[in-house]
Amino acid sequence: MSLHTLTVAELAAGLRARQFSSLELTLHFLGRIERLGPELNAFVTVTADRALDDARRADESLAKGEGGPLAGVPIAHKDIFCTDGILTTCSSKMLSNFVAPYDATVVERWRAAGTVLLGKTNMDEFAMGSSNETSFYGPVKNPWDPRRVPGGSSGGSAAAVAACLAPAASGTDTGGSIRQPAALTNLTGLKPTYGRVSRYGMIAFASSLDQGGMLTRSAEDAALLLKAMAGFDPRDSTSVDAPVPDYGAELATPLEGLRVGIIREFFGEGLDPAVGKRVQDAIEVLRANGASIVEVSLPALPLSVPTYYVVAPAECSSNLSRFDGVRFGHRCDSPRDLPDLYKRSRGEGFGDEVKRRIMTGTYVLSAGYYDAYYLKAQKVRQLIAADFARAFGEVDVVIGPTAPTAAFELGAKTSDPITMYLNDIYTIGANLAGLPAISIPCGFVQEGGKALPVGLQLVGPHFAESRLLSVSHQYQQLTDWHRRVPDGYA
Amino acid sequence: MTWETVIGLEIHAQLATRSKIFSGSATAYGATPNTQANLVDLGYPGVLPVLNGDAVKMAIRFGLATGSKIARRSVFARKNYFYPDLPKGYQISQYERPVVEDGSLEIVLEDGTRKTIGITRAHLEEDAGKSLHEDFHGLSGIDLNRAGTPLLEIVSEPDLRSAKEAVAYMKKIHTLVRYLGICDGNMQEGSFRCDANVSVRPAGQAEFGTRAEIKNLNSFRFVERAINYEVERQIDLIEGGGKVVQETRLYDPDKGETRSMRSKEEANDYRYFPDPDLLPLAIGEDLIESVRTTLPELPDEKAARFVRDFGLSEYDAGVLTASREMADYYETVVSRLGGSAKLAANWVMGELSGALNKENLDVTGSRVGADALAGLLVRIADNTISGKIAKEVFEAMWSEGAAADAIIEAKGLKQITDTSAIEKAIDEVMAKNPQQLADYRSGKDKLFGFFVGQVMKATQGKANPAQLNELLKRKLGG
Repeated sequence: MSLHTLTVAELAAGLRARQFSSLELTLHFLGRIERLGPELNAFVTVTADRALDDARRADESLAKGEGGPLAGVPIAHKDIFCTDGILTTCSSKMLSNFVAPYDATVVERWRAAGTVLLGKTNMDEFAMGSSNETSFYGPVKNPWDPRRVPGGSSGGSAAAVAACLAPAASGTDTGGSIRQPAALTNLTGLKPTYGRVSRYGMIAFASSLDQGGMLTRSAEDAALLLKAMAGFDPRDSTSVDAPVPDYGAELATPLEGLRVGIIREFFGEGLDPAVGKRVQDAIEVLRANGASIVEVSLPALPLSVPTYYVVAPAECSSNLSRFDGVRFGHRCDSPRDLPDLYKRSRGEGFGDEVKRRIMTGTYVLSAGYYDAYYLKAQKVRQLIAADFARAFGEVDVVIGPTAPTAAFELGAKTSDPITMYLNDIYTIGANLAGLPAISIPCGFVQEGGKALPVGLQLVGPHFAESRLLSVSHQYQQLTDWHRRVPDGYA
Repeated sequence: MTWETVIGLEIHAQLATRSKIFSGSATAYGATPNTQANLVDLGYPGVLPVLNGDAVKMAIRFGLATGSKIARRSVFARKNYFYPDLPKGYQISQYERPVVEDGSLEIVLEDGTRKTIGITRAHLEEDAGKSLHEDFHGLSGIDLNRAGTPLLEIVSEPDLRSAKEAVAYMKKIHTLVRYLGICDGNMQEGSFRCDANVSVRPAGQAEFGTRAEIKNLNSFRFVERAINYEVERQIDLIEGGGKVVQETRLYDPDKGETRSMRSKEEANDYRYFPDPDLLPLAIGEDLIESVRTTLPELPDEKAARFVRDFGLSEYDAGVLTASREMADYYETVVSRLGGSAKLAANWVMGELSGALNKENLDVTGSRVGADALAGLLVRIADNTISGKIAKEVFEAMWSEGAAADAIIEAKGLKQITDTSAIEKAIDEVMAKNPQQLADYRSGKDKLFGFFVGQVMKATQGKANPAQLNELLKRKLGG
């Protein structure tokens, strides 16, 4: 078995047993990134020197029998997380010159657990997109079929882990940006409960929806990495001061007695029947192994997309005001005066999708429109949350597809933003309600002569990450979809 | 036509917290530009605001002191606009749900009448930085030291009917925030400033006229002058057939006039919405009660006590309680004296205040401390010196810093109470002025004062005035 297809759990154990050193491991991944990375365009920055330093330090600790739980394990961070002294671009021209002066809490915590930083991954510009095609650094390719998108916005993280260029990577999920790319690249992608992971140092897109998480090869890896990432942070007022369970220890919880609710609204029009079939198959696996399956209805859920496309742009229009060319980031040449400085710096620095959302958000917050759009959307948001809460009175988790189709072709949806937005139709609800959700591999569909992965989504009540992870882990003990690696990357 | 003026004030009081409202940077005034601004104040990518609990407690103090409602749940909102000294592109403020609502306070006008002024609300917000347009040769400098400094914006009802009322109200708030220890009140440094909303309407008309908002008034004098100018401008405009437009105006203290800054149409659409980075501010009963126990005696209570316990007039009590430091000084003098509260009041409001004003000093910087002043007043009370001599002693105390007794001793200013000594002086004066004596005895009573003056001169003012009067009357009468 090759080093690069091992899970984080396996690598951590191997490192501790001194089967291989972190330096060996790190050089192996850096070699793969150098060889296979450019055609996928998964990384914005490769931090080779930093990685080797981290690895040597991890090896020293491991030699002494010390080091954190993830000592010596290489990882990558989505380029939305600030990394001290390292370029942090959000895949935007606006931040193409921005070297962050501090570490995000997520970066700090994974580092404290002993991880080795391989680099910063490509993404949709400011996390706005579902295909990774809005990046200033160009689109990322899906390792399962390079003519297709890896999903977005955490597309670089997804491609990097799927192609075994990194054992795991961080991501952020505002409307599905971890789960949808995980589904499209055969990975496990966890979006924790809003407030479970600190947002400090995670460049904001839509503050009330953004949540950090990870893309991994297994639910067990997600459990290990979440344990290292989660917890209260006094620097983030929206982070929740609740104890962090030992997610790894709870993975063994059996499927017997699990109550699963199939979300009726997720199996209607728009769902590719082949994708729906894979999801149904997965549900049968759960049923056959002791879970009870019922159907639940979340009637407000179909309003997720319009609700999201009011709330998220509103917040982003304000969050992105700080990019004004004054203190950091892109500044236009020889501004004539202040308005010129603002207009040209922002006009040149932001791409089309970002501009579209800033304009949408500015509009919905404007005097005379606020009540009709923003306030109405907040009310619908409460209805959606109430629907979920009602469902969780009956079942432990709700289940459905992560995305309506498998990976689509590059350029297929770039001309019509609405079609692109509909790709997040099943994932947005969890963000609006602040709920934890996970996408796990559940099979493949054949398209254009290629096998393309399909993702199964589970959503749980607030802080039910343990349950989502244990159900996923148990499913992964019964299936091997998650161990499959695309041709050419094994 | 008679016109009625309607004024409402928005006062910005900078809260006296040590760190900023949403970051750990220091708030001290006057530091080298941009040395008190951290990543949060600079609005760096990824950073988040964390509310300063002391600022909340100070807002509660103000609310309790003005009989306001303390909102159990209030909300921070973003006010969006672009300006270089506003690093995030929005100001965090409170909009629909302020922390303090619906209070009032009483002002006393010059003629002694009292008036209750409503306080609509007071909300927490962050200050912006400063743009410096001088000394940069066509460029602007930005100093973000002030960015994120906590402010309490105190909004009055449109209850004020003249510039004088507005000033009395502003002074009252100024006194109150300093008593509460929530604002240093330093107007030169901008810690206490206000915007005035001014309109006029024909007397008796119920609806308000169109208002103009005069921005950033940072002295009581400017508030009075700016409002008076603006009222006159509006009346002239209307009487000349024109209309007042709703707009923001600036007061130019050099020219003594207000001028238009921007009209309502040019005003920004601030696109307020709740700040998703901050949870709603929840204030529990226990926090309110714990703040309540730390409230000091408030100016109105103190003034009432001075009237009751010291027998002062309401006016004097008001003057002496205008600042906590002045009131403390006065009370110390009275307690050292063991009474003579009126004598102490006259001296604190008279000689002491005069000397302080002359050197532009605060009572805390007085060259004559409360104990020292009491030491002087004791000598008036026990007839060692007269009030007139006391003024001379006070001057010497002020300039030399010595104790009253030492000066009285050194300068031989002790009052003459020995009857024979005073009689001797009177005899000498009578002998020197036969003509005036004759005139007095033939009915020119007014000459009595002349003899008092002559005897005082002969005794270098040290003769006890009461004794002198009595003895002189007897002797002149022959």
